Amino acid sequence: MLRTLPALLLALALCGVAGGCGSAGESELTVLAASSLQDPLTAYGASFDGAEVRSSFAGSDTLAAQIRQGAAADVFASADTDYPAELRRMGLVEQPVVFAANELVIAVPAGSDISSLADLAEPGRTIVIGDPSVPVGSYAREVLRRLRAAESESILANVRSEEPEVSSIVAKLGNGAADAGFVYVTDVRAAAGGLRMIRIPETLRPKVTYAAAVVKGTGQQRLAQRYLDELRKGRGAIDLRRAGFLPPP
Amino acid sequence: MTGRTWFGLAASLATLLTLVFLVVPIVAIFTNASPGRLLDALGEESARDALWLSLRTSVIAVAIITVVGTPVAYLLAMRSFRGRAAVLTLIELPLVVPPAVAGIALLAAFGPEGIAGPLVADAGVELVFQTAGVVVALIFVASPFFLRQAISAFAAVDRRQLEVSRTLGAGPFRTFITVAVPVARPGLSSGLALAWGRALGEFGATLMFAGSLQGVTQTAPLAIFAQFSEPDGFVGALALSAVLIVVSAGLLISVKLIGGERAIEAEGRP
Repeated sequence: MLRTLPALLLALALCGVAGGCGSAGESELTVLAASSLQDPLTAYGASFDGAEVRSSFAGSDTLAAQIRQGAAADVFASADTDYPAELRRMGLVEQPVVFAANELVIAVPAGSDISSLADLAEPGRTIVIGDPSVPVGSYAREVLRRLRAAESESILANVRSEEPEVSSIVAKLGNGAADAGFVYVTDVRAAAGGLRMIRIPETLRPKVTYAAAVVKGTGQQRLAQRYLDELRKGRGAIDLRRAGFLPPP
Repeated sequence: MTGRTWFGLAASLATLLTLVFLVVPIVAIFTNASPGRLLDALGEESARDALWLSLRTSVIAVAIITVVGTPVAYLLAMRSFRGRAAVLTLIELPLVVPPAVAGIALLAAFGPEGIAGPLVADAGVELVFQTAGVVVALIFVASPFFLRQAISAFAAVDRRQLEVSRTLGAGPFRTFITVAVPVARPGLSSGLALAWGRALGEFGATLMFAGSLQGVTQTAPLAIFAQFSEPDGFVGALALSAVLIVVSAGLLISVKLIGGERAIEAEGRP
């Protein structure tokens, strides 16, 4: 066994570089999508006709940075409209389209005694929030800016970690490390009972809209465009609704 | 003869490719932006906080590893007992465990809902989201680097030297401090430098276990990731990377200079 190990490794490596042994010549579509889209876009990708979809999920800011550095992706789906617009200005993507909306909420572990935004300001609470550059972090700061200065300062003083993406905020709530975090309503839903949500009053609630764009110069424009179309009105849209995403405003 | 020439050429070519492949990314860190811009980026508060935190946490971690790990390595090198091979393998396990796994493992053990979580809380210690948590993560991932080197360094100490010391009336502790440690010092020092290098580079376990907050838990590697994601942060990420490369190179060179190189070369042999 040990003797054949190097040969096995080499065969695996060659397979990997050649791009999937066995899957015969179907074209591939690389999708870079916001962390919060993981569930619906994994389902959508698996059922997409005409191409094998490879989806990579991370903070929208990280994905935008990868595209700025020339990552070979076909579609960029962001948890905001700013990053696609910025990449559009830089000439790196086609015209972005808004394809979904979401709602920012406060998530707490199921058994928590926190019941309002005001409770977050109590000293000793452990709050996790997105990094300022990731959309879920900038939405949360938008809420805090609309509060009275004293309240927003006490909440910020309780922030114990700035996470790079929404999924790591959810993880820190799930394992009891944090008392509360700002996430999307779809994340609470995906946590299936592990988390409870507290809605943010409408006057404070930020507008959360998701935009996507076809990345320029990949040679798969038509395929990528079809992926986007079906994400707005088609199978992808169905998967998004099923996960709790709202239709684009 | 032609066979030999052919192979020699292929090996030289492979060596050249390897060198280019390994060196180009390192050089690119320094040439992608002008030195002036790199220095400017280091002037930012978040960058300085991250470097200072990395220095503090890694020094504390390495100090703890050295103080606790040296007698452990001595014992493991000198005694033979049942299950010694198993203990050695367990000690080395964090060496090959992926950082993300290390993060999950630390949470499952010492997190608020971990198996030893209540114990940690009762002791009045807070780890998650605290600088102390960073130190714990660093110790977990870096200690095998020190222990491995230290065990092989002590194993190479001539037993007769130790016996002479004992017959001259020195107790076990004195023999350890005045004979074994000085003789094993090159190996111990290189283990220390390797552990330090690993601690400085820690990313995954820190993020998962301790979180990321400027000045508290955001070490240099975490700051590099945060900077990279920011719209204009690439230069900042390059600047921090450049500092880490210089420090790591310094550590590696010191390993070579203090004679630890022999220990590294010997690793491959049983």
